[in-house]
Amino acid sequence: MLGVQDLTVRYGDTAALDGANLTVGDRSVHVLMGPSGSGKSTLLRTVAGLETPTGGDITWDGVSVLNVPVHRRGFGLMFQDYALFPHRSVAANVAFGLRMQHLDAGTIRRRVAEVLELVGLPGYDERSVGTLSGGESQRVALARTLAPDPRLVLLDEPLGALDRSLREHLLVEMRSIFTRVEATVLYVTHDRDEAFTIADEVAIIRDGRIVADDRPEGLWHTPPDAWTARFIGLENLCTVADLARLGLRPPTPDADSAVVPPEAITLSPTGANAGTVVGSYFLAGTYRIDLVVDATTRLFVRQTGALPVGTEQRFDIDPTSVRWFTDR
Amino acid sequence: MRSKRSLLLLAAIPVAYLAYFYIYPLATILITGLFPDGRFALSAFVDVATDPAVRSVAWFTLWQAVLSTLLTLLLGVPGAYVFARYRFPGRSLLRSITLVPFVLPTVVVGVAFLAVLGPGSPLGIDLRGSIWAILIAHVFYNLSIVIRGVGVFWEQIDPRIEEAARTLGAGRTRVFREVTLPLLRPAILSSAALVFLFTFTSFGVILILGDLRHTTLEVEIWRQATAFLRLDLASALAVLQLVGVTAILVLYGKARKQETGGLPFRPSGEVARRPSSPGEWLLVGATLTMILTIVVTPIALLVARSLSTPDGFGFDHYAHLLNPPAAFQLFVSPLEAVRNSLGFALPAVLIAGVIGLLSATVVVSGSGRGGRVFDTMLMLPLGTSAVTIGFGFLVALGHPINLRSTLLIIPIAHSLVAIPFVVRSTVPVMEAVQHRLREAAFVLGASPRRAWREIDLPLIARALAVGGLFAFAISIGEFGATSFIVRPSTTTIPIAIFRLLGRPGAFGEAMAMAVVLMALTAVAALGIEALRGRRTGGV
Repeated sequence: MLGVQDLTVRYGDTAALDGANLTVGDRSVHVLMGPSGSGKSTLLRTVAGLETPTGGDITWDGVSVLNVPVHRRGFGLMFQDYALFPHRSVAANVAFGLRMQHLDAGTIRRRVAEVLELVGLPGYDERSVGTLSGGESQRVALARTLAPDPRLVLLDEPLGALDRSLREHLLVEMRSIFTRVEATVLYVTHDRDEAFTIADEVAIIRDGRIVADDRPEGLWHTPPDAWTARFIGLENLCTVADLARLGLRPPTPDADSAVVPPEAITLSPTGANAGTVVGSYFLAGTYRIDLVVDATTRLFVRQTGALPVGTEQRFDIDPTSVRWFTDR
Repeated sequence: MRSKRSLLLLAAIPVAYLAYFYIYPLATILITGLFPDGRFALSAFVDVATDPAVRSVAWFTLWQAVLSTLLTLLLGVPGAYVFARYRFPGRSLLRSITLVPFVLPTVVVGVAFLAVLGPGSPLGIDLRGSIWAILIAHVFYNLSIVIRGVGVFWEQIDPRIEEAARTLGAGRTRVFREVTLPLLRPAILSSAALVFLFTFTSFGVILILGDLRHTTLEVEIWRQATAFLRLDLASALAVLQLVGVTAILVLYGKARKQETGGLPFRPSGEVARRPSSPGEWLLVGATLTMILTIVVTPIALLVARSLSTPDGFGFDHYAHLLNPPAAFQLFVSPLEAVRNSLGFALPAVLIAGVIGLLSATVVVSGSGRGGRVFDTMLMLPLGTSAVTIGFGFLVALGHPINLRSTLLIIPIAHSLVAIPFVVRSTVPVMEAVQHRLREAAFVLGASPRRAWREIDLPLIARALAVGGLFAFAISIGEFGATSFIVRPSTTTIPIAIFRLLGRPGAFGEAMAMAVVLMALTAVAALGIEALRGRRTGGV
């Protein structure tokens, strides 16, 4: 189990990490998600031992690893650009970590074959890494990281360099590999869909601090604050004033914004509120209808059919589905 | 990573080496010029400045360099364009051929052009001692600088920028004038500055082809120092020359800075395409024919004439090298000269390799002002003419340790010329060994020492071998510096060739010897090409 306590990393006056706390349980895939510059890569690199923290602690099973140098930590790290050794073959890249453990040649050969099989590249042993496609390089990098059987697998935007279709395919594959080898994983990404697909738990990092940490479902349904809601892509984020004009009152007086899930809005000719259709888009299966309610309020609704742009529509909001936030 | 103290310690060795063998000789030249009789006097400078002969030498040095540079650009820029933008059969082979002259020793170039344009030329002309022979040889020598320097830059200009200008209504010439040329300007300027530098400090070519009817500052320094023993005048001339070279280097540095400023767009893929119209084929064909004529003719004729004897083709001249007739006797036999050259090359390569590797390590890990000063200091010998280095050795290295009479002085001089090449071929690779690769090795369990051995070393080794081969090629072909410090018993191949040229009737043997030197250089050049060709992706 990985523990990160009050971790701080400063470069001069700027804090890349500012008291981050995180726990990654054994055999779980923990995603760390945040906008660029939020400190997610710094956190990963600090856990790996490539950056030196200015404060806080990193523990494994409760024991601090701060004084353990990178190469003895037993944490594997996969880089976003893979960092494959250009002067070595695929097999030699994968075998590198095993050689550092002084395993005998036979064991190394067996393990390399096993891991290449695992990532779907059997027989690639003697290929030069310069000849690999993007997807193949990604798999080799993954194989190289997994081969020494690290107690913690760190991945820095491992699919960031690939195109969308390949990314989705590899994502599912990676998830099943992690399950099969029972890996403990800390996975950095900025992509919500990627995070939700692969994660057991998702931590959100903002300005060097972990601001949310939950299962994907929990995060989606009950984000802790408006910033997180917006970051994970929840739409229909409204202010209290906006909603007051629609007849909705916050449950507590200190709330200052809320998310109205599209499912909570029902169009009906007798609805209490009205808006003008400004957009109607077909989204593979359902329609997305954009309604302008007033100068500051714009809502989107999911519908089974298209609606003519420019028409007025009446609607109701189910107040029990509205999620209120207090900004910090 | 590396501590500051160990970095300083590493830097101390190359700094001390350059201080003693580069700065000290230059300072001695300056002092010899300013204190001709031990007392401060500007008499040598006044002599130099008021002497009409010297003024005409300086003027000639300047205008021949300007003219040589313009002519080189005239042929080189179209060449760069053709290689950057068109794909045609034999493109990479032809491109390699255009690079050949640059690696040839000056003496070989001089002799080759004597073979084409000198006495007994198959063209029936004798341009020896004429400005034309010098200019054409300079174009031959420096063409590759422009083709390479401008061409590489041209390849990086996205043709879409030019296409955008076309769609906005600009004609072809307009696009070239208003889009392509301004983008290329820094590359053209920096190539031109380099060509100007090399032609301004040209020595071997002018000594051989100019036949002392045309002398440049370099030749004059050599003549004053070695023939007339006027060290004060030679020093004053050397100072004048240093001022000129420094001015060129400053301009070059400015142009380089612009060049590395970067382009807004880089092409995503290969931009070269097959010529599509008869006009384009004509352009490509004509340019290549011109380039090939100027590059191949001298080399081919040199080889052919070295093999021609009064009774047809034969190896008579080569046989004379092994068994010289009494009339061609030098201080040492040609075979001994070859042995001397190889014997000097080995320590020169070793010194340049060690000092170069240490320096490169410091350059890569050093930062800040100290690092930049060090980097500049390393490159200085590259800008200093070989003649100045040789002259500096002559005047300085008698004290406090008398190195002038030791065998080591020649390899040391060669190493000074070679160190910048070793540094320049290793630094980019060292920088390209991304820190990330090292980190990847760490997280896989390699200690820092192990990571250096497993990652850095194998990647650098090849670049170091390239640097070593450069040093070898430089050492066996070096003429300018060697001509000041050579002694009869230490005659090297280039010196032997030059002496053979001075013997009536030994021209055939001089050509044969030049072919031998060319072959040795070719071995090194092929080695460099082979090592560079095996570069794997990613680095």
